[in-house]
Amino acid sequence: MSAFLAVVQRDLRLALRQGSDAALVLAFFVLAVVLFPFGVGPEPQLLARIAAGVVWVTALLAALLSLDRLFQLDYEDGSLEMLALTPLSLPFLVLAKCLAHWLTTGLPLVLAAPALAALLNLQAEGYFPLLLAMGLGTPSLSLVGAVGAALTLGARRAGVLLSLLVLPLYIPVLIFGVASVDQAVAGLAILPHLSILAAFLLAALPLAPLAAAAALRSALE
Amino acid sequence: MVSQGRAWHHAGRVAQIPESIPSTGFSGRGLACRRGGRLVFEGLDFALDPGGALLLTGPNGSGKSSLLRVMAGLTPPVAGGLAWNGESLHEDPAAHRTRLHFVGHLDALKPVLTAGESLAFWAAMRGGDHGAVQRALARFHLEALADLPCRFLSAGQRRRLALARLVASAAPLWLLDEPSTGLDEASTADLLAAIAEHRRGGGMIVAATHLDLPLERAALLALQDFAPRRAA
Repeated sequence: MSAFLAVVQRDLRLALRQGSDAALVLAFFVLAVVLFPFGVGPEPQLLARIAAGVVWVTALLAALLSLDRLFQLDYEDGSLEMLALTPLSLPFLVLAKCLAHWLTTGLPLVLAAPALAALLNLQAEGYFPLLLAMGLGTPSLSLVGAVGAALTLGARRAGVLLSLLVLPLYIPVLIFGVASVDQAVAGLAILPHLSILAAFLLAALPLAPLAAAAALRSALE
Repeated sequence: MVSQGRAWHHAGRVAQIPESIPSTGFSGRGLACRRGGRLVFEGLDFALDPGGALLLTGPNGSGKSSLLRVMAGLTPPVAGGLAWNGESLHEDPAAHRTRLHFVGHLDALKPVLTAGESLAFWAAMRGGDHGAVQRALARFHLEALADLPCRFLSAGQRRRLALARLVASAAPLWLLDEPSTGLDEASTADLLAAIAEHRRGGGMIVAATHLDLPLERAALLALQDFAPRRAA
């Protein structure tokens, strides 16, 4: 357990000291959302209609931006090899890195989402469900992304390959994330959609670290 | 795998590996390793008693680093197996990780973390405490650099910091890949002193080296002796 926390603490410290990664992800999120009114026109009803979808899609893309670095730097400087040889088992190592990744990129996205939804004129009933859905959905993005990051480790143009691998797997999160906001705006129950997001997270929580650990093991051979 | 009865060199003498798996220490029998589709060595046996040291020698590409990776459990051997105190490592690979330190070519240091933080992190991964970290820094004369971010360290200082990990937490087996590269005379002496103390406590060392690492009572394993023979 202390080794698990040591990895989380180290990754958080690295993210804070180099800073740029987390800030870039957030800046991309804000900029991409702000572009939409220029593209589709400033009509408030239209923007309100697409607000949830725009926020979710850009959040997915923003989360992807930082994923290729999840293991890459540790792989290049030999840390990953060394980490794989510590008593902390590889799936828990992946879990620790995912937690740190979510805290530094996913959580800022969740917190920024309501402000950006306001720019897009999302109706008042949508904000709380948006926060809940993103809170449940973004950890899954980090976990599923970790599998892609582990599989593409050491590949040329890993970032592009990673997007191709991971984006299709993000579709369920996107569908139910957007639907829970739309349902709330339409005055319908959101619990079913949030439950599916929660179920997706609960499935990803053990499965993604196991899959990523297997991929890391073969990358380190 | 049938033993091929290969000779190995023991402190200049040629000794024969015992046929049975030794009940104490770390040993391997009939090891073969493939890297990138090429067989690097085959039919390799070694045995290491508590307190023992094994020096791996051989030209570039003869498989010194590959053998260390096999011993660490990073690369599975294509033939043969390893045993710890007579028990096969296949049974419990996780237990093997708790008893080894591996120092590879790369120093695994983050430019933005200070020397002290790096060492404390690696010690924490293996249950080393604050006192052990301070002793390890002192041992390799790194106290003055403890608060300096690693990006300001010289190559030799980085190497010393990587080696300080060995003493910041205890593990009976040290696997060292060219440990003295980039070290000045005083630091090499620090390393040798740490190794000697480790061995006095029953610890084991396997080191791959080009440079002459003067270890007492060290067995030599020349990797070129185990180069695969061409298919007849």
